[in-house]
Amino acid sequence: MTLHELSLNQASELLQKREVSSVELTQAILDRIEKVESKIHAYITLTRESAMEEARAADLRLQKGDRVTPLTGVPIAVKDIFCTRGVLTTCGSKILENFKPPYDATVVARLKEAGSVTLGKTNMDEFAMGSSNETSHYGIVHNPWDLEKIPGGSSGGSAAAVAAGQCFGALGTDTGGSIRQPASLCGIVGIKPTYGRVSRYGMIAFASSLDQGGPLGREVQDCALMLQVMVGHDPKDSTSVPMPVPNYLEHIQKGVKSLRVGVPQEYFVEGINPEVEKAVRKAIQTLKELGAEIIEVSLPHTSYATAVYYIIAPSEASSNLARYDGVEYGFRSSGAKNLLEMYRKTRSLGFGEEVKRRIMIGTYALSSGYYDAYYRKAQQVRTLIRRDFDRAFEKCDLIVTPTSPTPAFGIGEKASDPIQMYLSDIFTISCNLAGLPGISVPCGFNTQGLPLGLQLLGRPFDEERLFQVAHAFEQVTDWHKKRPEILSS
Amino acid sequence: MNYEPVIGLEVHAQLKTETKAFCSCPTRFGAQPNTQICPVCLGLPGTLPVLNRRMVEFAIRTALAFHGEISKDSVFARKNYFYPDLPKGYQISQYDRPLAVGGYLDIETKVPSPPRGEGQGEGATRRIRLVRIHMEEDAGKLIHEGIPGSEGSSFVDYNRAGVPLIEIVSEPDLRSPEEAGSYLRLLRSVVQYLDVCDGNMEEGSLRCDANVSVRPEGSEKYGTKVEVKNMNSFKSVEAAIQYEIDRQIQAIAAGERIVQETRLWDADPQKTFSMRSKEEAHDYRYFPEPDLIPVMVDAAWIEKVQGGLPELPDAKRRRFVEALELSHYDASVLVSSKSIADFFEKTIAIYNKPKMASNWILSELLRYLHEEGRGIEQSRVTPQLLAEMLRMIGDGALSGKMAKEIFKEVYQTGASAVSIVEKKGLKQVTDESAIAQVIDQVLAKHPDKVQDYKAGKEKLFGFFVGEVMKATRGQANPQKLNTLLKTKLSS
Ligand SMILES: [Zn+2]
Repeated sequence: MTLHELSLNQASELLQKREVSSVELTQAILDRIEKVESKIHAYITLTRESAMEEARAADLRLQKGDRVTPLTGVPIAVKDIFCTRGVLTTCGSKILENFKPPYDATVVARLKEAGSVTLGKTNMDEFAMGSSNETSHYGIVHNPWDLEKIPGGSSGGSAAAVAAGQCFGALGTDTGGSIRQPASLCGIVGIKPTYGRVSRYGMIAFASSLDQGGPLGREVQDCALMLQVMVGHDPKDSTSVPMPVPNYLEHIQKGVKSLRVGVPQEYFVEGINPEVEKAVRKAIQTLKELGAEIIEVSLPHTSYATAVYYIIAPSEASSNLARYDGVEYGFRSSGAKNLLEMYRKTRSLGFGEEVKRRIMIGTYALSSGYYDAYYRKAQQVRTLIRRDFDRAFEKCDLIVTPTSPTPAFGIGEKASDPIQMYLSDIFTISCNLAGLPGISVPCGFNTQGLPLGLQLLGRPFDEERLFQVAHAFEQVTDWHKKRPEILSS
Repeated sequence: MNYEPVIGLEVHAQLKTETKAFCSCPTRFGAQPNTQICPVCLGLPGTLPVLNRRMVEFAIRTALAFHGEISKDSVFARKNYFYPDLPKGYQISQYDRPLAVGGYLDIETKVPSPPRGEGQGEGATRRIRLVRIHMEEDAGKLIHEGIPGSEGSSFVDYNRAGVPLIEIVSEPDLRSPEEAGSYLRLLRSVVQYLDVCDGNMEEGSLRCDANVSVRPEGSEKYGTKVEVKNMNSFKSVEAAIQYEIDRQIQAIAAGERIVQETRLWDADPQKTFSMRSKEEAHDYRYFPEPDLIPVMVDAAWIEKVQGGLPELPDAKRRRFVEALELSHYDASVLVSSKSIADFFEKTIAIYNKPKMASNWILSELLRYLHEEGRGIEQSRVTPQLLAEMLRMIGDGALSGKMAKEIFKEVYQTGASAVSIVEKKGLKQVTDESAIAQVIDQVLAKHPDKVQDYKAGKEKLFGFFVGEVMKATRGQANPQKLNTLLKTKLSS
């Protein structure tokens, strides 16, 4: 195996044993990027020079045994939604085409502190609004398993970069499935932590009550190692929760014996791709063979989740994106004769179609006279969805479902049909609405060789258990060991 | 037909916290533009607000002083609109779950402002109910001119963006511009007593919008209300309301219909102008601020704040009347502003003659200050200086008539009365032998009193001082006189 094919935990081990240096590792990844990036287009910005500098600094730390963590010297990628001090941060949008934040997002700062090496900023759907990465102002991302297919979204660049060996792990964000769905479609692991687990400070807001940052990696352990560094209370984020953080690796080998695994009937209905269903059913069987108890559970309000999500998320977005007005920073259209015209031109030209669509939906849903019928009602149903989970978790310890109803679809296939696009999130959205943790792990390939993902949902702040179960599943399967052929030439 | 005005006020008070509402930038007024800013109050992407607990404490303090009911879990909301001075495109405010609801202010309907005005209605009060008190953040400021070489451009100063405000909303209980004025003055005086706001309308730390309508006298139904903005003094609030009342009555008399709108007061032609109609009104699309958790205020916190409340104007006035025997009117004027009351109390702490101090402050000091348009905070006469002069009067070292002249100079120069008396032609007799001579004469004239004094009636000391002063027409140096007299009497 060449260096770029290693998993993060393998790379970390080599670094700790001093069998490879961070400079070597970083150079290997930069070479890999050089080779495949033109086909994948996973990055918006590459920071080669600072990456090499950070690698040298990490090597020094490793040499001296100075503040060494499992991430020290490990090259990773950061979704372009996280603010990085002095480094272009576009959020996939033209409107931030020149924005260099004067500060690091809390999670970026924590990863730097741990000694990781940042390779660059990954491509994404504009303002994280999309499920295919096609709404990025900086070009589409290609799925490493089939370049004609989308990688999923919105953290498509991060997922593709991990899958294509262009980094060992990546930061993503998940508002309605934006980590788990691309992880599933790219054959890797991705976890959305419990809302409040990871600081949102410096993470550009899409829908504040749903957004949560999390890691993507090739293996469950990779994600555990990264999340370990990211979590914990942040005084700069009032919604981050001051709860103790367990050591995610401590019990990761514990297995699934006597755990009660809930299977919600509502997730196996029409619209689900038969190959996806087959792979997930088989995965459930595997968990049973490992000693889990399989229980049927019901989440009766599941069918409302998409509708609720597409009111709450755009409503919050319409407000969160109001600051992009051309006044202080970012793109400003020239030639406006007055203030109103400046706003209109700047926002018309600065935002893409999908972003404008959602701003319109959100503005409408919050308008006086419509608020009760839409926003308030959606929040009420959100409560019902949360209660569904509370009840289900009285009977089981975690829930398993498919991550995405289909494998990766073709580039352009759903781009003109927003409703079809929105439906690709049906299995991932409820988790955000309920604020729960959810992980996607590879559970097979379809006949065309496209990866399929299994989703595990846990109780609030029970990331540890998700890692245990996902890891146990990973140990008896080898989907995660496959690397996309298409690029290895 | 006679019309009755119906007025409600919305008052914004800037809170005197050290730092802003949701970040740790300083709130000091008057700094260079954009020197008190950070990513949070600039609303840069990805930044999040963190609530300043002092802001909540100040708001609770205010709400308790106005007898409001504090909510155990109030909620911040976003008020969405576009304007360049609003960095995030929304203002963090409170909407359907404010910090406090209800409460009231008891205003005196006929209390003139200092200096002593006419018409002294004693103690007639009216209760003006409050709808609510909520917390919010201030916006920045646009600068349209004064920057060389930039004609046609506007600039933004974000120093004020994120400064904490409370909005105090009254019921439409006010019935005249004068009442609105007394309500506003009382409100200002209370927030000053509470030390939560400096109450400066010119600098904008206290701002007032008025909702004005008129209705036929005796009618229960409210007329169509008009919101009037842009008044930056007590006078302009009263003038704008008066103008608006007259305008509406005339319009109705002419058969016109009052339209619901927002009007701006222009102090120059002394008129209000239509700014936007109801149809053009913003739809603020309020919704709960997802970046902040509800503001939890428990009973213990409320109790603690309640326990720390200072003596408020009402109580202070009562004490001045009952314990210090001041007239109701004088007490009212003294307590109308915290700084006047403070001045008074500091003065009597040095020289305890309340009536005398009150008279001098109300009739002399405030008159001079008013003529000059100064506040008592900027007075060159300090409580120390005033007390010193009062003592001279009390000791007979200065006649009332002389004192008025001396005071004028104390006021103008900030020099002590003693030094002025000395410097002026009223030059005191400081020659010890001259004073001693007069003392001898006085003592010789009252041998019986000298006997009494020596027998223990020490109070007579003042009598001898007075006599010496009389004989020198008040020009004997009091200190020297004291020393010499003591020596002579003890020999
Ligand atoms: Zn600030």
